[in-house]
Amino acid sequence: MFNRLLLYLELVRMEFVNNLAYRSFYFTGILNYSIQIGAYFFLWDAVYVGNRVIGGLDREAMITYVIIAWVVRSFYFSNLDRRVGTDIRDGKIALELIRPYSYQMVKYARSFGEAAFRMFFFAFPAGAAIYLIRPFTLPVGWDSVAMFVAAVLGAFVINAQISMIAGFAVFFTKSPTGVYKAKRVIMDLLSGLLLPISFYPGWAREIIQLLPFQAVSYLPNMIYLGKIRGAAAFEVLLLQVFWIAVLGFLAHLFWRFAVKHVVIQGG
Amino acid sequence: MNMHQYRPSGPLARYLTIFMHYLAQYAKIKMAYRWDFFVHIFTEFLQQSVSLIFILIIFSKVPAIQGWTRDQVLFIYGFFLVPFGIYSGFFNHLFDVPEKYVLQGEFDRILLRPINAWYQVVVETMKPELLVSMIVGIIIMIYSGSNMNLVPVWWDIPLAVILVIGAALVYAGVYTFLASLGFWSEGNLGLMPMVYNLSQYGRYPMTIYRGPVRFMLTWILPFAFVGFYPATILMHRYEYLGYALLTPVVGIVCFVIAYRVWAAGIRRYRGTGS
Repeated sequence: MFNRLLLYLELVRMEFVNNLAYRSFYFTGILNYSIQIGAYFFLWDAVYVGNRVIGGLDREAMITYVIIAWVVRSFYFSNLDRRVGTDIRDGKIALELIRPYSYQMVKYARSFGEAAFRMFFFAFPAGAAIYLIRPFTLPVGWDSVAMFVAAVLGAFVINAQISMIAGFAVFFTKSPTGVYKAKRVIMDLLSGLLLPISFYPGWAREIIQLLPFQAVSYLPNMIYLGKIRGAAAFEVLLLQVFWIAVLGFLAHLFWRFAVKHVVIQGG
Repeated sequence: MNMHQYRPSGPLARYLTIFMHYLAQYAKIKMAYRWDFFVHIFTEFLQQSVSLIFILIIFSKVPAIQGWTRDQVLFIYGFFLVPFGIYSGFFNHLFDVPEKYVLQGEFDRILLRPINAWYQVVVETMKPELLVSMIVGIIIMIYSGSNMNLVPVWWDIPLAVILVIGAALVYAGVYTFLASLGFWSEGNLGLMPMVYNLSQYGRYPMTIYRGPVRFMLTWILPFAFVGFYPATILMHRYEYLGYALLTPVVGIVCFVIAYRVWAAGIRRYRGTGS
């Protein structure tokens, strides 16, 4: 058990160091995110005239929401779906089956190594650079910071699990790029990355609350903004744990099914 | 040479025939992966729907953004999608040039053939099914146009065609220029996603952007001409008439400059050496 843990930690480290070799690649990434955030900044700045409050957020809160949502995304985002999908499409999965470790855990560990790298070389510098250009609201208290950090870790796990399931879905559709794109678009909309969930009409909110996506972006952002605090913030973390369990089980089912029906294409 | 072989007369006919051949090959590939083909079209629709939902939700909360109503913003977005469809169908994959064509030496093969190199890259990497965005865009324009009681006039359609060609040339120019950089630098500079995100600025009214950003979108990377400016004239708002009518000029200038850089890049190209 302990040996296993060491193995996965080693994978985390490996991936971190691997990414270090390509760090220049991330400079353009930071610029890229800034352009993306800029687009939303200008739009929301124009939407909020006067002292308008929309969906419980005023102008400052909204702009902070957008910035935090994208900066946090630069941490949790990964190509896990693409990697799993490629393993399946190229038939590498057959080789993985004979190895003495958990396929999924290896993928998660590597993703986490990448995420840790992205945190230091992408999210933090991007956040700092944006703060210098356009100061945004900082968390109101240390309890918010602590809860936010925990929620962001939860967001990473949930996003990775959804990506894992999307990767396994390649087994069924055999249209990898379509699956990745559909996943990304659905996540953008339902996680609250594009719009806070509180903006949606009532019926849509009720559906979204039954899905795991909002735990990736919307809920952590609201904790950051101090809109969710104390016991409510703790409930968010519990909700994340609940979804991690459900998605973990789902991913396990997909994995079992995929292994049983493995079709090695070509080769 | 075979007597029955089809021999096109002019260069235009020749290029058209080549296009048809490429298209036929493409269709064969796509029909082998039929499911993939439909999933692509579906996800393209999905992406467009998400952008549409985004706009609709914002306007369910506010009546107007700096004087631009819901239908006007929708109309701009609808127009934006038409040249965007041409771009995603034909020019998006110019970003393959630095990596796939220059670094891996695929360009040798291109240069050996007696057909224009740029044309070959475009038809080799095209994804014509992504033209569906155009249809979505036209539907959105008709819907929002009728909502704001836009009365069509005779010059609307010929003008729209000219504006769309101009806007598509802006895309072609910018992406050709970026692709050409591959002849000087090694590999992909990672500029493509950045420029893509910047191009998305063109689908909102320019009035929401601050001075320097607006200046850049008009005169440096002219993405204001792929959506906003030309769309205003088609919804019969004439405050930006000068800019709107400049669209084809900007498109042509942009493409000509980019093509010259491309040609200079080809002269520099020395192959991979093996």
